[in-house]
Amino acid sequence: MSTTAVNVPAEDHAHDHGHHHKEIFLTKYIFSQDHKMISKQYLITGLIMGFIGIAMSLLFRMQLAWPGESFKIFEVLLGKWAPEGVMDPNIYLALVTIHGTIMVFFVLTAGLSGTFSNLLIPLQIGARDMASGFLNMISYWLFFLSSVIMVLSLFVEAGPAAAGWTIYPPLSALPQAQPGSGMGMTLWLVSMAIFIASSLLGSLNYIVTVINLRTKGMSMTRLPLTIWAFFVTAIIGVVSFPVLLSAALLLIMDRSFGTSFFLSDIFIQGEVLHYQGGSPVLFEHLFWFLGHPEVYIVLLPALGITSEVIATNARKPIFGYRAMVASILAIAFLSTIVWGHHMFISGMNPFLGSVFTFTTLLIAIPSAVKAFNYITTLWKGNLQMNPAMLFSIGLVSTFITGGLTGIILGDSALDINVHDTYFVVAHFHLVMGISALYGLFAGVYHWFPKMFGRMMNKNLGYAHFWITAVCAYGVFFPMHFVGMAGVPRRYYTNTNFPMFDDLTDIQVVMTVFALIAGAAQLLFAWNFVYSIFYGKKATRNPWNSNTLEWTTPVEHIHGNWPGEIPHVHRWAYDYSKTKEDSDEYVIAGQDFVPQTVPLQENEEELNH
Amino acid sequence: MTALLTIIVLVLVAIAIWQMTKMFELSQTSTDDSQVANDSDNKLNGYLMFGFLVFIYLLTIFSFVQYGDVVLGTPASEHGSDYDNLMFISMALIFFVQIVTQALLHYFAYKYRGQKGKRALFYADNDRLEFIWTIIPVITLAGLILYGLYTWTTLMDVDPDEGDPIIVELYAQQFNWKARYAGEDNVLGEANVRLIEIDKNNVLGVDESDPYGQDDIVSQTELHLPVGRKVIFKMRSQDVLHSAYMPHFRAQMNCVPGMVTQFAFTPVITTEEMRADPDMLEKVQKINKLRAERSASGEDADPWQFDYVLLCNKICGSSHYNMQMKIVVEEEDEFNAWLEAQQTFGEQMAAAE
Repeated sequence: MSTTAVNVPAEDHAHDHGHHHKEIFLTKYIFSQDHKMISKQYLITGLIMGFIGIAMSLLFRMQLAWPGESFKIFEVLLGKWAPEGVMDPNIYLALVTIHGTIMVFFVLTAGLSGTFSNLLIPLQIGARDMASGFLNMISYWLFFLSSVIMVLSLFVEAGPAAAGWTIYPPLSALPQAQPGSGMGMTLWLVSMAIFIASSLLGSLNYIVTVINLRTKGMSMTRLPLTIWAFFVTAIIGVVSFPVLLSAALLLIMDRSFGTSFFLSDIFIQGEVLHYQGGSPVLFEHLFWFLGHPEVYIVLLPALGITSEVIATNARKPIFGYRAMVASILAIAFLSTIVWGHHMFISGMNPFLGSVFTFTTLLIAIPSAVKAFNYITTLWKGNLQMNPAMLFSIGLVSTFITGGLTGIILGDSALDINVHDTYFVVAHFHLVMGISALYGLFAGVYHWFPKMFGRMMNKNLGYAHFWITAVCAYGVFFPMHFVGMAGVPRRYYTNTNFPMFDDLTDIQVVMTVFALIAGAAQLLFAWNFVYSIFYGKKATRNPWNSNTLEWTTPVEHIHGNWPGEIPHVHRWAYDYSKTKEDSDEYVIAGQDFVPQTVPLQENEEELNH
Repeated sequence: MTALLTIIVLVLVAIAIWQMTKMFELSQTSTDDSQVANDSDNKLNGYLMFGFLVFIYLLTIFSFVQYGDVVLGTPASEHGSDYDNLMFISMALIFFVQIVTQALLHYFAYKYRGQKGKRALFYADNDRLEFIWTIIPVITLAGLILYGLYTWTTLMDVDPDEGDPIIVELYAQQFNWKARYAGEDNVLGEANVRLIEIDKNNVLGVDESDPYGQDDIVSQTELHLPVGRKVIFKMRSQDVLHSAYMPHFRAQMNCVPGMVTQFAFTPVITTEEMRADPDMLEKVQKINKLRAERSASGEDADPWQFDYVLLCNKICGSSHYNMQMKIVVEEEDEFNAWLEAQQTFGEQMAAAE
């Protein structure tokens, strides 16, 4: 509909999109096909899942700091799994597992990429909506269904899945191996299968929309970096998520129909099982073929958002636009050929390990380029310290800190002794967990006026950022030392090893920081909900930004623009650009030139 | 006690938040209600950015001073010092880059904080700069990759004919370890989980009809290793994935049901010698002080004596956190004497008949 719409006269449009649809509550708020409403649905579902995931982490952090201690809160929240307030080892593993699953997939994949791809792709490329509003709606509702199933799995009699978020068989395949591998794991697999379907529908839609529905003048090299990031993320998703689906299907068959894809030679609870000839290593390959690209599915949208937020708030063009695009493409390509670095000591041929070390360390190069480009974008800027900007700078900081330790883990030789220790936990929480969360927060603070037509309170935003920033380092920096001391992850308690006794006070420090950080998120929740209803009304372009979404009216309308879709005449980063022959701004008195403004007199034309 | 502590922390956090919002509010001109950062926000947050840089540095220094001694000390295997060397070089590089980039990032955030009327520099591209910071990581990483791969291949290329290695099987099950020595012939007998007979105590499923298996020796409690002699470990698991992790030896390999994995190293420091290691003495002293405090408050915490240990480092079920085996590294004659004293598999089976 909207591809042809570009050439239709303006009046028709206003009629077509402004008034024609009589929407009832159900089609407007529930089964909406409007990308803006769907993005809000994604965001709110993702945030709710996020609060569940973070709450879980606080529970197991308390267990780690005060092992075996009785807490009233455990009794209240965990019920029979915390007899007399003492956490059960099985539920500890379940909490770790579901925390990982929820944060990686439900919050940072669907909540981040789902929200902002949906909101920004049509708005920033100048389209009326997604290529298929219907598929988009289905995609959200499948995500919702999978979230519901995942949450329901928490209430299964024998407990939820507890084999770690990587669900390696045989542990995940055999109910005899742990209680969580019964009904809980079945629901986990069903939920994830639906989630993958949702993600694929969404990704295909994003790709088609970016390729086909760009407005006149919006060439690929004029796309904001957000769109580049979402576009490439969607491609990675389409390439790798199906592989996880096949892994899940084969695992379901092993579990329920007696096949032996991943199982062989098993003697458990006094009897030999019939499985013969399968290999758990095969599962690891399939899992990480998605699992590693997944890291970038989580991270790239966050980096895209950061690029946009940093450029806007620095009042400067993003430094090295083409290098940034090239880095995104290079990261995307490399991300699909590095999965084996999770498996250096899995029993895989050591020669393969060498190859994966090589490809893995290569990925540090485009990542480094991105980090340097962000720093250079700040240089000689006029930095507007809005909350979104703070989170973006925070992201660059944690991205560097967490990324650097990747050089150690990606090195097969060094991985031997830190593999699966807290060193790994510290590494990936900083580089993908915290960084991507910062990207999510930056996006919410920045585009809240676009989503809800109101502003979030900046002071609460500042408090939220600074507390979170200090605590994130407070939790994860000392954690590297715990890993270097040789403490394995996923241990219910370390008290059975006297050699770890001197780590008790680090554990307490980390947990206290985690609890404070968790409390700080309540500030955000309050600010978010309060501002939706009572926030200050937003102006059309509160951050003086160049991109197209800020040319739409504050009130959402179906079809985004009341008249004709605007045409684009320049890239998105003409901030503080001056005329060729004087040091006056291109548009007098204003340090930004929106993409819809044609080339001005006396203005140097850039290659975009 | 902890409840009180939690309450205190929560109260302090609430006060901090209240004070911070108050601070942010006071720093703003009263008429401005746009919720967009103004000059005083930029100033305050710019200073805080600088403060944050100081915080990162202080946290780093504090962590090193306070926690620097918890990390693993003297490596107890031959390749361990190579490993630690590579680790040290990588760490030094990482810290250098970390200190410089964080400084630039936060200093720029502070230095170029926004001000009304100030102008940003329109600076979109510089091919030479970008070339430089692409090529520097390329060269540094190439060096690191080569060094790393050299270490890796030397370590993983296990040659059973080189030197005079002993063959030991590490056998994992929920939730303990067993070890099987290849005996006089230094060849492990065939084994399969389908041959396990609990009644006869053939817990590893060793093939009774395989002559190589007769002289094998199964230890269910301790793993003894001779110092200075290469050990080739063959890992098996009978149920789920486990990982044989021997941190003091910088050694780890997963145990996978259905296949045999391997790892080899040469222990170079006996348990006795390691107990006398100055770093270790200090660590043991520190830990025993903590344990004494705990047992004084009624907890069960006997004084600790250092031992090497084999841990499970792949999630394997409810007691994953307590799947361990003591490792004893001793002089070759002590080791031989210990091995002598054990029953061979053949004797064990004959006794069970």
